[in-house]
Amino acid sequence: MKNIIKYIILDLLRNKIIIGYTVFLFILSASIFNLGADSSKGILSLLNIVLIFLPLVSIIFSTIYLYNSSEFIELMLTQPLKRRTILLSEFAGVSAAMLLAVFIGVGIPVIIFDGSNAGWWLIIASLFLTIIFIALAFYASIATRDKSKGIGISILLWFYFALIYDGLVLFFLFSFSDYPLEKPMIALCALNPIDLARIAILLKLDISALMGYTGAVFQDFFGSSEGVVFVICALMLWAVLPCWRAFALFNKKDM
Amino acid sequence: MIHVKNLTKKYGKTTALQNVNIRFKKSECIALIGPNGSGKTTLIKSILGLVIPTEGDIFFNGKSVLKEWQYRKEIGYMPQISRFPDNMKVKQLLEMMKNVRKNEDRKLDEDLIQAFGIEDILNKTMHSLSGGTRQKVSACIAFLFSPQVLILDEPTAGLDPLSNEKLKQKIEKEKQKGKLILITSHVLSDLDDVVSQVVYLQESKLVFHKTIAELETSTGEQKLNRIIASIMKESQLINENAGV
Repeated sequence: MKNIIKYIILDLLRNKIIIGYTVFLFILSASIFNLGADSSKGILSLLNIVLIFLPLVSIIFSTIYLYNSSEFIELMLTQPLKRRTILLSEFAGVSAAMLLAVFIGVGIPVIIFDGSNAGWWLIIASLFLTIIFIALAFYASIATRDKSKGIGISILLWFYFALIYDGLVLFFLFSFSDYPLEKPMIALCALNPIDLARIAILLKLDISALMGYTGAVFQDFFGSSEGVVFVICALMLWAVLPCWRAFALFNKKDM
Repeated sequence: MIHVKNLTKKYGKTTALQNVNIRFKKSECIALIGPNGSGKTTLIKSILGLVIPTEGDIFFNGKSVLKEWQYRKEIGYMPQISRFPDNMKVKQLLEMMKNVRKNEDRKLDEDLIQAFGIEDILNKTMHSLSGGTRQKVSACIAFLFSPQVLILDEPTAGLDPLSNEKLKQKIEKEKQKGKLILITSHVLSDLDDVVSQVVYLQESKLVFHKTIAELETSTGEQKLNRIIASIMKESQLINENAGV
C-alpha cells in the first residue's frame, strides 16, 4: 500500500492544479496579512476565504481526480490486492497532496505573520475541512457511475454546507424565536463542519462579545476543554463517516 | 482451470449475463465473440472480480473467487481502454507494479517491453503517450508477471499492424507454454492463427463453445470471420423463420 500511495503523491505533486492552488493560497494569505497591521483582522478575512474556497476546491478536485483515475483503479483491482487497500491508497494520496497544498498555502503564512491561538485554530480547521470534503467527494463519486452526475452532487453538497444550511438555521431561529435556542444551536452547528469550524475560530478572536447572549453561551461551551474535544471529535466524525460509507459502497461496486 | 457456474449478472433491470456455464482449461486460446452488448466484457470482469455476480459462482483452480483476491496473482489483464495517472512516468508505473508484487518472487517476463521498444519511452509521462502506446504499456503489464491466465479485452483495437503481429507471436508463445488465454475481439481476422476455441455469446446467453476444428467441419469455412459470419447468418435465418 505504501508503494501505491507514494506513486499517487508523486503524480499529484506534479499536477498543475495542485501547484496552482498552493501558489494561489500562499499569495492570497500573505497579501491579506500585509494589507493591515492587525493580524487578527487578517485571520478574520482569511477565515471567510478558507471556509468557502477550500471546501469547494477540495470536493471538486477530488471528485474529478477519482473519476479520471477510474481506469487506473480498475487496473489496480485486477492485481492481487484488496479493494480496501486500493481505495485507501487513493484517499491517502489525494489527502496528503491536498493537505500539503493547504499547509504551505495557508499554514505557513499564518505561522509567519500571526502565530496566535486563533491562527493555529484556523490551520487546524482548514486541514480538517480539506479532509472532510475529500471524504465527501469520494462518497459522491463512488455512489454514482456518471461523471457529470457525480460532479453535480459534489457541487450541491458544497452549496448545501456553505450556503443553504445557514439559511435553514436562520429560518429555524426565526420560527422558534420565542424559545431558548442556545443549546439546540450548538447541536445544529455540529451538523455542519463549516459552521463548526467558523464558530471554533470566531470564539478565539475575542469578538464573541459582539454576539450577545448566544455568543456567551457558545463561549462558555466551546471555550471549555470539553468544547474543544467536542469540536475535534465532531470534525473527525465528519471525515470518518463519509469515508466509511464510501468504502462500504466500493466493496460492492461493479467496475 | 476456470469454471463459470450458472453465472447471472443484472445491472438494475437489464440482464448482462444469463445463466452462463463454461469451463476453460490449460493451453487453450479462446476467442470470446459476440455482438456489442452481448456480455463479453461482463464475463471477463466477473472472472477478474471487478463485477460481482448477481447469481452463480466462478471457480479458479477449484476455489470460488467471490470475496477473494489472492487468485489474481495468476491472471494478467489487458483492458479495452488504458488510462494511467497523467503525470506518472512509464518507468514509475512499471516500478510501482513490480514493487506492489515484489514479495511474490515471480519470474519477470519482459519480452514485450523489448519487442515494443518501451525502454525508449521510460521517461515520458502518461498523458504524453498516444492511445496505442498506452495499450502497449498495458499489454506489457499484463504479461509482466508471467501469469497462468491471460485475459485480453480487445487487445488489437488500438495497435498498429507491426505491434499487432508482435503481440500475436507472444500470445502464440505463451499458449505453447501451457497458459490459458482469453481474448475478446471484433477484428476476427486478427485472431485467425492463434485461437483454438470459440465462445459465442448473444443477448447475454452462451450460444456455443466449440473448437475451431469442429466449426470448420460444420460450416465448411476456413477463416474465422467467414465461420462466424455463416453462423450469424444462420441464426438470423432461424429468427426470420420463427417470425421474430
